[in-house]
Amino acid sequence: MRSFWSIALSTLTKDIRLEWRSKDALNAMLFFSLLVVVIFVFSFDPLAEESRHIVGGLVWVAFLFAAVVALNQTWARELRNQVLDAYRVSPAPANALFLAKAIGNFILVSLLEALMAPLFVIFYNLRVLGPAWQLIPVTLLGTWALVVNGTFFAAMSLRTRSRELMLPLLLFPVSIPAVISMVAATTSILTGDDPAHFYIVLLLTYDVVFTTACLALFETVLQAE
Amino acid sequence: MTNPLTAPRGAPIIAVSNLVKQFGRFTALRGVNAEFDAGKFYVILGDNGAGKTTLLRALAGLTDPTRGEISILGKKPHEASRDLGYMAHPSLLYDEMSGMENLLYFDKLYDIAGNSRCEQAIQAVGLDAELSRPVGKYSQGMRQRMSLARAILHDPKILFLDEPFSNVDLHSAREMVGLLKGMRDAGKTILVVTHQAALLEGTADEFVWMQAGQIVDRTNHLARGHLAPGDAPAGES
Repeated sequence: MRSFWSIALSTLTKDIRLEWRSKDALNAMLFFSLLVVVIFVFSFDPLAEESRHIVGGLVWVAFLFAAVVALNQTWARELRNQVLDAYRVSPAPANALFLAKAIGNFILVSLLEALMAPLFVIFYNLRVLGPAWQLIPVTLLGTWALVVNGTFFAAMSLRTRSRELMLPLLLFPVSIPAVISMVAATTSILTGDDPAHFYIVLLLTYDVVFTTACLALFETVLQAE
Repeated sequence: MTNPLTAPRGAPIIAVSNLVKQFGRFTALRGVNAEFDAGKFYVILGDNGAGKTTLLRALAGLTDPTRGEISILGKKPHEASRDLGYMAHPSLLYDEMSGMENLLYFDKLYDIAGNSRCEQAIQAVGLDAELSRPVGKYSQGMRQRMSLARAILHDPKILFLDEPFSNVDLHSAREMVGLLKGMRDAGKTILVVTHQAALLEGTADEFVWMQAGQIVDRTNHLARGHLAPGDAPAGES
């Protein structure tokens, strides 16, 4: 068990080091999210009241699309020089690799959210009317929902010819329940109209179910030719 | 078969029986049967598409056979992974990290602690462990050596090497052959797929000839007795 976590931690550290050196995924995600913020501000020019109703959807759709960039990058790195084969011939457990990749993507997307959140607040004149602290569990659970499935489906589409196209085709339909929950919870918190508890529980359930499923199936995906 | 875990030099350590591998309609391996003995140096030869790499990948556990069985040290390849070292034509290294950083990551996969083993492996292939340059900026020969260092990092009993000398200059290739000879003499079993078989004449114990997904001959010398005139062995020119 110690070995499992040691391998997961080494893989995570290695991925963060590689991303820090190249900044491929982070730069692309930041640029994409920034574009979404600016384009929608100029398209809608919303009032504060209107913003509270639309920003939930806008924020999460922007992060979902931006996350796809990071998710594709995660495995593309392992394909160069066929490094993934070095992992596959080793006795290291497949799930340690999956968990490290998912946590790495979670950190990356969370960093993006932390950097973009102030811009959304400024550009859309946001003021939270509901319990603002609830945005924390919604963000954490929502982000995990995106990256856990994203990491899994990115690995699944790794050997397909048009993997960058395959990932959104596989990921987006499966993410619909999570995205609806994230958007509804965020809108509820921003407007203060309804309690967001139901959506938070829904997100938690979604995360538990899909994390378990991904962990159970990942070895098959990794060893597939 | 002798108990493979305590197999003396010369006893079968790898057994392949009726191995078939299909990729869609294409059959890469057509019922391969073979045994490879402990502590010997084998060179697998054949034309492109003969099934050499597929056989090596199947032995390393990287490709599942369509039919047939592989036994390595009495276990399936996945179960014997701690005893296997695999080097492919691509480097299997991260270009953005230095050689030492790469090995420090891979040693964790084998639960090896500390830097000393990585330094030993790098020194064994004739490179400098202090080299901080990313692997992507290494010459092809250095990359191949570092790839070999990764394969021997966990001191495996069996080494599978796919085209270890490709794009390597003659001097470096000869040094690598010397290193592999030393490993064989130390008791490791080595299987090399190469098109530069002449480099291994005098070093290898056996040349295994493949054609159209089958082993067609096994010789102790590079020259095959029943070759048709003009049908020169691969790598000889």
